[in-house]
Amino acid sequence: MRIKIDPDKCQGHARCYALAPELFSVDDYGYSSVIGDGEVPKELEEKAKLAIDNCPEFAISEVE
Amino acid sequence: MSESRPVQDWKTDFDVLDSQYIADPFSIWDELRGSCPIAHTDRRGSTWLPTTYEDVTKIAHDIERFSSTEISVIPFEGVVPEDPVLLYGVPPISADPPLHTWTRRLLLPWFSHKNVDAYEEMTRELCKSLIKSFIESGRADAAADYAQQIPVRVIAHILGVPSEMADTFTEWVRDVLEFADDPERRMKGIEGLIIFFIEELEKRQSNPGTDLLSVLLQSEVEGEVIDARIALGTAALVLIAGVDTTWSAIGSSLWHLATHPDDRKRMVQDKEVWPLAIEELLRAYSPVTMARVVTEDTEYEGCPMKKGDKVLMNFPAANRDPKVFENPDQVILDRAKNRHVAFGSGIHRCAGSNLARMELRVALEEWLSAIPDFSIEEGKELTWAGGQVRGPRQLPVIFK
Repeated sequence: MRIKIDPDKCQGHARCYALAPELFSVDDYGYSSVIGDGEVPKELEEKAKLAIDNCPEFAISEVE
Repeated sequence: MSESRPVQDWKTDFDVLDSQYIADPFSIWDELRGSCPIAHTDRRGSTWLPTTYEDVTKIAHDIERFSSTEISVIPFEGVVPEDPVLLYGVPPISADPPLHTWTRRLLLPWFSHKNVDAYEEMTRELCKSLIKSFIESGRADAAADYAQQIPVRVIAHILGVPSEMADTFTEWVRDVLEFADDPERRMKGIEGLIIFFIEELEKRQSNPGTDLLSVLLQSEVEGEVIDARIALGTAALVLIAGVDTTWSAIGSSLWHLATHPDDRKRMVQDKEVWPLAIEELLRAYSPVTMARVVTEDTEYEGCPMKKGDKVLMNFPAANRDPKVFENPDQVILDRAKNRHVAFGSGIHRCAGSNLARMELRVALEEWLSAIPDFSIEEGKELTWAGGQVRGPRQLPVIFK
């Protein structure tokens, strides 16, 4: 599984960071980005899905 | 006070200050979603009330047609002076780009995760000391004695203003938001805030510190120090937006836990559920409704909106939309799919959301750790406020 964030959609709700800090980082302004290349280790896939399902801006998606 | 005739038809004559709407807006939104779903009223000027998640978030993102230059749910009826001290309003919340963009960037770092973490310890100590003051008596007003006392002191700390003035700040903020339909009271709150912050900013002109007020004053944008009226507006905003809102979320959550023993027990026993539970409480009891003003005559989903009309950003109703949330009226502490918009949607996402979340979590952690079992005290008055911000104002509880 690989995930990405659309920076034009992210408004800094930081829900992803709260739910999966292993996968996301936030900058000083609160905007999120994926750590590394967005590749999700198997054991964190549930958390990644949770982050996708809780983003109010629909900014996170799975890369097909 | 404004008119208070009862509402006969919620579709064409709604009133967010109606006692029925304050007590139970949920059934009204359900009715409207099923039939309207954007209600209208001419009370306090032509105003629209969307009730679905789709409409609320679409309008929040449509910043061209829906401006943030008028954000009050209750329009201001007093006289605006010709050369107002708040010439720029209270940016960034009351601004559109480009003013919004750079004023927001001044503010955001103050409420980053890193900075909010640093306020956690003081918030926790504050909660502990409040609980200590009433725990022996076996009863408390969980709204007035607890929830109301927390955010105002945290915000005062961040702004660098005396926390001993907490009660005065709370009164001004309530005048501005909760009693907005009383022009005299509203004006009193605005004047109190403005005069106070003008003096505080003047002190810092000659003797700057490291607090938010000092840093705002010295901020430069494109090589120029910002207009002091912008610093004033932003300072006022931080206080106004950071007090009533979070206190209402804490109060509503405590009301829920007092009236839902199973949820209360689960939160006491299951630490794992907390990250989702906090979001679920924010979804179900979202306190804040904002407003937008229509910039040009336009038709939105069949509604003929005129330039100058208001549209209420009904985030609380969006969060109860059954199209988006399964069993929306049920609090499901471990709800896994929860794209709630309690903090808004789009470019005006609440700048203080990280702070509000931390305050809500710490306030509930400390309460439940000291008072795991509590219930509403029967026979005493329990009151809610509504309009721009919904939450309990008197919440009598008893415990062993």
